[in-house]
Amino acid sequence: MNAITSAAISMERFDRRYIFLVIFVIVLFPLLMPIGLPIRVSKEAMGAYEAIDKIPPGSKIYFACDYDPGSMPELHPMTIAILNHLFSHNVKVIGACLWPGGPPLLEEALNKVGVQKYGKKYGVDFVNLGYKEGREVVMVSLGRSIPTTFPDDFYGTPISQLPVMQGVRSLNDVAMIVNISAGYPGTKEWVQQVQSRYHVILAAGCTAVSAPEYYPYYQSGQLVGLLGGLAGAAEYEKLVGVAGTATRGMDAQSLGHLAIILFIALGNFLYLYLKKKGKLTRR
Amino acid sequence: MVIDYFVPHPLVSGFGEMLQQWAIIVVAFAYVLGVANIARISGEKISRRSRDWRYQFPLLAGLAFMLTVGVVWGVGEGTLFNDFYLYAYSPMQGTMFSLLAFFIASAAFRAFRMRSFEAALLAIAAIIVMLGRVPVGTLIWDKIPVVSDWIMNVPQMAAKRAIMIGAALGAISTGLKVILGIERNYLGGD
Amino acid sequence: MAAVLTIAVFTFLYKDNPFYKFAEHVFVGIAAGYVVAIEYQNVFLPNLWRPLMAGQYVLVIPFLLGVLMFSRFTGRFNWLSRWAIGLMVGTFSGLAIIGFAQGDLVAQIQANMLPLRAHSLIDTFSNCIIVLGLLVSLVYFFFSKEHKGVLGAAARLGIWFLMVSFGASYGFTVMARISLLVGRLLFLMMDWPASFGIQFLH
Repeated sequence: MNAITSAAISMERFDRRYIFLVIFVIVLFPLLMPIGLPIRVSKEAMGAYEAIDKIPPGSKIYFACDYDPGSMPELHPMTIAILNHLFSHNVKVIGACLWPGGPPLLEEALNKVGVQKYGKKYGVDFVNLGYKEGREVVMVSLGRSIPTTFPDDFYGTPISQLPVMQGVRSLNDVAMIVNISAGYPGTKEWVQQVQSRYHVILAAGCTAVSAPEYYPYYQSGQLVGLLGGLAGAAEYEKLVGVAGTATRGMDAQSLGHLAIILFIALGNFLYLYLKKKGKLTRR
Repeated sequence: MVIDYFVPHPLVSGFGEMLQQWAIIVVAFAYVLGVANIARISGEKISRRSRDWRYQFPLLAGLAFMLTVGVVWGVGEGTLFNDFYLYAYSPMQGTMFSLLAFFIASAAFRAFRMRSFEAALLAIAAIIVMLGRVPVGTLIWDKIPVVSDWIMNVPQMAAKRAIMIGAALGAISTGLKVILGIERNYLGGD
Repeated sequence: MAAVLTIAVFTFLYKDNPFYKFAEHVFVGIAAGYVVAIEYQNVFLPNLWRPLMAGQYVLVIPFLLGVLMFSRFTGRFNWLSRWAIGLMVGTFSGLAIIGFAQGDLVAQIQANMLPLRAHSLIDTFSNCIIVLGLLVSLVYFFFSKEHKGVLGAAARLGIWFLMVSFGASYGFTVMARISLLVGRLLFLMMDWPASFGIQFLH
């Protein structure tokens, strides 16, 4: 057995912790030394941007924040970028969550962007209605009556006392729904239960895992825009001119993808080489 | 719910709205039931001295702590509940999910094998899409994002649509079976 | 605390160890307690307790149904929970039928009625591929007849379309996983040092 074949056999049996270390270093490096690769905007992201851009100032939108800390790295930058866009256009935001881990994240985003950056006032320019259990039932119920579904906001204040909720009886009274979703309940359910039933304009941001299955909704027009994963968030940050964590993370994302492609290529090369040599080991 | 969609009469829609409100409340109780089950199973592990039984104590302590603090002092910004959410729950959940990046790299090297034409097709589509979605793809060849977008919007979309239509037919038939009482597995054994 | 717990979870990559197990069990406990507290503050109080106290006595019914769910812990009376389960499953099934029929079936079939001769060559080609792709992928899932002859060839083509879609999904999944790691590393490199007044990343 020659040296190349023995090297190939050793590599094929690599301890996976070496692979973990390689990935860790490759992803960490561009965070420490940013490369600044240019970001290209997709038409799906542009669709979401243009739809939100068209909303007249003073209008109200429903912001469905359906994620929790597990998906925060991908979705929170989207939330921040979209809220920047909305508040800079003086659009009022009615936020709510269908995931129990969502309300504090929505609260943090609304305070960071709305209050600290744009000087908006809680109850007048935006509201956090909190969390409600019931998934699709809540969605359909919101289309019927928001006060019945959310009698109080996240802090226990009756929504009838909040100026931003005046004149908003149901989802038909909002200009648009923006949904940021990590899975179920999320974009698919918003399309099925709300968009198809009440025909409200709907734009969505989702994790990269879910994004491919929502392309049919975008093509059919049920979604006016779609942001997929960290790349989608970075595209929206570029559109609104606010460079956040998504833009920062794209260099690391690029090198991470290259690493995975190299692993696939190397793994298959070793497989084919050892198969040819008859030295393939079965796992 | 089905009749409510087709019949806009106030009597029907009023009843539908009431059922929806009841369902919201009952589902919330189901979540509490799930947590009570976790506590019960932890208690059993401690009493039986099962494997890792000592770790059930921090589990129960964390559960009792968050529950008490959230119910008694509230859940908004500035509360102890919110602090533990930000500095314990959120980072741990995020880190647990981030471990997947390492495992997908390991799987890409050790398990992703192009043993057939179909597997090769899968791999090529994956590679083009992976390069097309990040800036480095444009640097390698400026047409990669264009090809990637075409793959996502044409063949990928067509196949996903087929899966969606098939799943929709399955979901409709399952829903009808449940409503008509043909399907009763959700009620449990006995 | 956040950084210590983050690092404790990362230690699992080396091997399973007591630090990771401790963090994992604390997380499960905190998550469970969090959910109950949130349900209490955001669902139980505003949607049940306050309206009930204000005079909407009909809400006693869902309250009792909810309490009956706990009969699952008893041996003899666990059948009482079936009433609540029935309400939930019935409601969700009804909504699922409408949602899938309207949002997925009808709308998607409608959206696939594309002109096979469009304005540009690339659009014409793409539309033909979309229509063909949908049809052959659906043929693949038709198992009532053996996949032989023309049907077999169409199913084979359907598999190719499905493989392309799975490859795209794999690519996006890789993107998602790397993003999650990027997020945690940014926390360790930016947010954690910032809490000590150190700016590690610029």
